[in-house]
Amino acid sequence: MSSNAVTQQPEVGAYAAGWHDPDAKYSFRAEPGLSESVVRQMSEMKGEPSWMLEFRLRSLKHYQTRPMPTWGGHIDLDFDSIYYYLKPEADNARSWDDVPDAIKETFERLGIPEAERTVLAGVGAQYDSETVYHNLREEWQQQGVVFLDMDGGLAEHEGLVREHFGSVIAPEDNKFAALNSAVWSGGSFVYVPRGVQLEIPLQAYFRINADKAGQFERTLIIVEDGAFVHYIEGCTAPTYSSEALHSAVVEIIAKPGARVRYSTVQNWSANVYNLVTKRAVAMEGATVEWLDGNIGSKLTMKYPAVVLAGEGATGEVLSVAYAKDGQHQDTGAKMIHVAPGTSSRIISKSISKGLGRSSYRGLVRVHSGARGARSNVECDALLLDEHSRTDTYPYIEIDEDSASVGHEARVSRVSEQQVFYLMQRGLPEEEAVAMVVSGFIEPITKELPLEYAVELNRLIELEMEGSVG
Amino acid sequence: MIEITDLKASVEQTPILKGISLRLGPGEVHGIMGPNGSGKSTLARVLAGDPTYRVTGGSVLFHSTDLLELDADERARRGLFLAFQYPIEVPGVTIGNFLRAAVNARRDEDLPAMEFYGMLQERLKELGLDESWGNRYLNEGFSGGEKKRNEILQMMVLQPELCILDETDSGLDVDALRVVSEGVNQMRSPERSILIVTHYERLLEYIAPDRCHVMLDGRIVLSQDGVELARDIDERGYDFIREQVAAQAS
Repeated sequence: MSSNAVTQQPEVGAYAAGWHDPDAKYSFRAEPGLSESVVRQMSEMKGEPSWMLEFRLRSLKHYQTRPMPTWGGHIDLDFDSIYYYLKPEADNARSWDDVPDAIKETFERLGIPEAERTVLAGVGAQYDSETVYHNLREEWQQQGVVFLDMDGGLAEHEGLVREHFGSVIAPEDNKFAALNSAVWSGGSFVYVPRGVQLEIPLQAYFRINADKAGQFERTLIIVEDGAFVHYIEGCTAPTYSSEALHSAVVEIIAKPGARVRYSTVQNWSANVYNLVTKRAVAMEGATVEWLDGNIGSKLTMKYPAVVLAGEGATGEVLSVAYAKDGQHQDTGAKMIHVAPGTSSRIISKSISKGLGRSSYRGLVRVHSGARGARSNVECDALLLDEHSRTDTYPYIEIDEDSASVGHEARVSRVSEQQVFYLMQRGLPEEEAVAMVVSGFIEPITKELPLEYAVELNRLIELEMEGSVG
Repeated sequence: MIEITDLKASVEQTPILKGISLRLGPGEVHGIMGPNGSGKSTLARVLAGDPTYRVTGGSVLFHSTDLLELDADERARRGLFLAFQYPIEVPGVTIGNFLRAAVNARRDEDLPAMEFYGMLQERLKELGLDESWGNRYLNEGFSGGEKKRNEILQMMVLQPELCILDETDSGLDVDALRVVSEGVNQMRSPERSILIVTHYERLLEYIAPDRCHVMLDGRIVLSQDGVELARDIDERGYDFIREQVAAQAS
C-alpha cells in the first residue's frame, strides 16, 4: 500500500469489503472493545510481519493487566464500547450538517479555506495536497530522507523499524503506551540520513492519512549523526473527532550531534481524552526540542520527555496550555540526565480561564554519574478569572552532587492596570486582554513557524471574546 | 474641547477629587501643579477612565459628549491620551505590535504595515530613539526616563486631540527633559489641547502654558494665566499658596 494512497472507507455494513485481500478466505468485521482477535485481525489486514503481531499481543497483555493511573485527570470512558480499529459504516457516515455550529463558526473566523474545513471536521475523505507534497517528496528522495506514514514505514523499511520501534517507549512504560502499542495505526515514520539539514519542516499534514482522526497514531523519528529536522504535528484549527480516546506514542532517536525539533499544536474537540506518551533519546552532543501547544480536548495528559543519554546532550521543552470550562490540561515535561555535561530547560506557560484547570506536571531526574548536569525549569501560570485554577506538581530527583538544578514558579492574574493601559491606547477590552495573554506566551510562540504563531494568537483572541465582564 | 464641572471622585471610600471645575479650549496648554496628595494625578487618571476610581459627582464634556459615560478605550479613540506617571510593563508585547494595534483601533481599514513602520521610524528619529526601539517589549526593564520617552513616542504616533501628561518630568535628566519637551512642543496646534500635571515648575519653563492652576486637597484653589504661578511656587513653595488661599478665605 503506497504511503499516500487515498484509501476507500469500508463500503458495506459491518463488513469491510474494500479491504479485500486477494488470497483472503476471511472477511473482516468491525467489533467494539479490545481483544486478541481484534488485534490479530488488524495485523493481518495490514499484512504485518509476525514480529509486529507479537509486539502487539505482548502489549495487549500488559494493557489488560495494568491498572489505570491514579493521578492526573479523571478518565470517564467506557473502554469496551470503543472501536479500536474498524468502524461500522454507520459511524463513518458524518456529514457537514453534523458538525457543531461552534466549530463551523471558528473556521469562519479563522479564515480556514473551504477545502480544509471538511477534513478538519472529520467529514472529508481526503484533502489533496498532492501537488505541494509531490515536489517536496522528490527533494527528500534525493537526499535519502524517508517520510512515510508508519504503516508504510514498516512495510518499506522493516529493518530500521524493527531496530528502533519500542526502543524509546516500551509497551510496559504506562497503560496507554501499552494500548497504543497494541492497536497503533497511522502516524509518521521519519528517517534523516547523516549530516542532512532539512530546512523545510516536515508536516504531518502532508501525509494524506489513510486513517482519519489518528486515534492511535504511532510516530518514529530517527535522525542520524549531525542531521537536522523540524517536524510539525497537528494544527491550531479546531479539529473535530468523533473518537473520544486518542492515545498516541512518539519516539525520537537523535544520534550524536543531531538536532530534532518537534512542534505540536493540539486543538481537539471538547469530547476528546488525549493521552500521549512522547519521548526522545538524545545521544552525545545531540539536541531535542519539544514545542507543545495544548488548546483543545477534554483532558490532555502529556509530558514530552528527553533522555539525555550521551555526553553534552541538550533537551528543551517549551509548552503552552490553555484550559477553559470543562477542560483539564495536565501537561509538562520530563528530563532524564544520564550522561555528564548534559543540560535541559523546561518552560511551561499555562492559562486557565473560567473553571478550566491547567496543571504543570514535570520531572527532572539526574542520575548518579551525570556530572555537571544543568537543568532549569520555569513554570508560569496565568489565571484569567476568579475561579480559575492552576496546579504545579514538580518532581525533582537528584543523585549527583555536581548537578545544578533550578525551578521557578510564578502565578499571576491579568492585571487591571495592564488592561487599562492598553485600553487607554484605544484597544477594546477583549483585545487588550488577548494582547496581555499573547505577550504571556510569546517566549514560546516566537519559536513556532510564523503561520502557527499567528493562528495561535488569533485563536486566543477569539477565546478572549466574551471572556471579560 | 473639554469642560469639567464640579468633578468628584473617590478611591474605595476615600474622596480624592472634591469638586474640580476646569475648561480647556482647543489649542490651549494648561499646567496643573500641587503638592503630593493634592489629587492632580487622580484627576488625570479619572479623565482617562482608570477603573481604580469611582466618580461620585459632577460632569465632563469632551467635544460636547459626556465623557464619563464612555469606557476608557472609547475615550481614547475619540482623541484622549494619557501619558502615564508609572507606565506599566506588558511582557512579551513589542512596542511595534502594540502601537500598530493602537493605530488600527482608530481606523476603519488597517494601515499597511510598511507605512506604519516607516512612520514609526520617523517618530523614533525625532525623539532620538534607536531604530530597534520598536522591538523592545512594552516598558519591560525600562528606566524611568525610557518609560517617559516611550509615552511621548506613543503620543506622537497616535496624534491625540487632548494630551494629558501625568508627571512626565519626574525622573528625567536634563537631556531627556529637553527631548521630551521638544516632542510635546512639536505637538502644539490649534486643534490640540494639552494638560500638564506636574509637581515642579521646570517642565513648564520648556512648554510655555497659557494658564496654570494649583490643586490643594482635591480642589483647584488658584488659577492664573501664563507661567507666573509656577514660578511663585518654585520660589516660595506650596505653603505660600496655602497661606494665600487661607487669607483669601477669611
